[in-house]
Amino acid sequence: MLDDFFMRALVAGIGLAVVAGPLGCFIVWRRMAYFGDTMAHSALLGVALSLLFEINLTLGVFMVAALVSVALLLLQRRGGLSTDALLGILSHSTLAIGLVMVAFMSWVRIDLMGFLFGDILAVSKLDIAFIYGGGALVLGLLALIWRPLLASTVSTELAEAEGLNPERALFAFKLLMALVIAIAMKLVGILLITSLLIIPAATARRFATTPERMAVIASVAGALAVCSGLFGSLEYDTPSGPTIVVAALILFAASLIPRSFFGLRPQPTGDKTP
Amino acid sequence: MLKSRTADNERLIEMHDVGVRRSGRWLVRNIDLTVRRGEIVTLIGPNGSGKSTTARSAIGLLKPDEGSVTRVPDLKVGYLPQKLSIDWTLPLSVDRLMTLTDRHSPEEIGVALEEVGIPHLRQAEVQTLSGGEFQRALLARAMLRKPDLLVLDEPVQGVDFSGQVSLYALIKQIRDRTGCGILLISHDLHVVMADTDTVICLNGHICCRGTPESVASSAEYLRLFGTRAAETLALYSHHHDHTHLPDGRVRHADGTITDSCSPGDGHHHHPHEHSQQEQAREGWTGHA
Repeated sequence: MLDDFFMRALVAGIGLAVVAGPLGCFIVWRRMAYFGDTMAHSALLGVALSLLFEINLTLGVFMVAALVSVALLLLQRRGGLSTDALLGILSHSTLAIGLVMVAFMSWVRIDLMGFLFGDILAVSKLDIAFIYGGGALVLGLLALIWRPLLASTVSTELAEAEGLNPERALFAFKLLMALVIAIAMKLVGILLITSLLIIPAATARRFATTPERMAVIASVAGALAVCSGLFGSLEYDTPSGPTIVVAALILFAASLIPRSFFGLRPQPTGDKTP
Repeated sequence: MLKSRTADNERLIEMHDVGVRRSGRWLVRNIDLTVRRGEIVTLIGPNGSGKSTTARSAIGLLKPDEGSVTRVPDLKVGYLPQKLSIDWTLPLSVDRLMTLTDRHSPEEIGVALEEVGIPHLRQAEVQTLSGGEFQRALLARAMLRKPDLLVLDEPVQGVDFSGQVSLYALIKQIRDRTGCGILLISHDLHVVMADTDTVICLNGHICCRGTPESVASSAEYLRLFGTRAAETLALYSHHHDHTHLPDGRVRHADGTITDSCSPGDGHHHHPHEHSQQEQAREGWTGHA
């Protein structure tokens, strides 16, 4: 089954979407979209450094993304500039440094477009093993930090006062994000990773009544986007990564259509009457 | 009456001469504070006076730079945060809010919501609740933990007057029923819960402390609220013998200006007369 490149792409994409769903929910709840973008952009610097020092690409990208989150933490503690401005600086300077470094390394030929927009059709069996192994690790660790992370999403002070450790949970979450970005880069590319985290989560909001359900629905919505995007790119001969994002966007747009449009009664959630 | 009931009770928290310093500035200093089981202690003071800093160091979230804090071992804290900005995208029902930091059975949750008077809101999303309903939900959540100490950071903020009265009544009821200690923070300087055992007025240091009952009867403000309200509300007004200047220095009653208002500088007398006129003239906002 995995001998066909299209099947490999499907299996890899669905695996990634399942992991991205719950993570994306926290990114949306905690308003960390720009932070995710910054981490993703820094991946190109990770690529350049991995090529320079001849280390594993996924490892290099993970380490640089993790370092960026530490750098942000230190810059925030120092005070002065707003987080927004710091993210803007880190995001684009890491991307630019990566591009400059790659240009200097004349001895390596790299497919820059492949890194920026991904090449899901070139996924190997080893990549799939990476996605499912790494993905299981990410989901397992996320389950472990779920309670403190969710509690601190509601109120950091409350979580702290009641004996949880929100700072540690948040740091662990950032490492998980770095790991997912490192895994996802090859599939959808540096510029589109965040969309795969955020759009399915935003789509899920409408249908969810608890945080946990929203995480599951986000995974399903992401998998649906990957499937329809891949089939779409096959059908219309369009680049696969961007087509997946367009498919996710169409799903999101569909989730905005009011229920009355289909002749249904408005949803009871959010209403105070039992 | 309350005094005798709580006199022998266990000390949950004891702070001695606590000071917290951040970036070269003392946020609070010389804080002595005790909270016993069954006791309600209210911290009042203007914005930036160090109420939250004091409460945070009391429950161990901040390490004081001087002084000592003693807590009973395994002190279980229930916490009501000052303000919450829960993103609309987080689907959080009142029911799910109850198990945010601990597991509880559905029956326990039902009982807790019944006790705070919002059983009908169990499935409602928290973002749709009014200020008072939300505070009740948070109270139920904190109570489910069966805490030794309840820390309430401005619990009546954004709640209308009659809502404040009933919230205070509910807090008193919780104290009476569970016997937990309560540390209450308020920046509302005129209205303090009448059932408070000790009111501590903060402005970087403890300006004064006392029972609200002693001031409630003499306060002119009570005329505005009437005698019925007087049973639930207390006015706590007092006169300051020094003024905190914008640059952090202190002008004392005799006109001298010093760097701090700590007792060591020889200018600190604190007569603390309770005078409405003085307070109206001095104004709390100008004091910060």
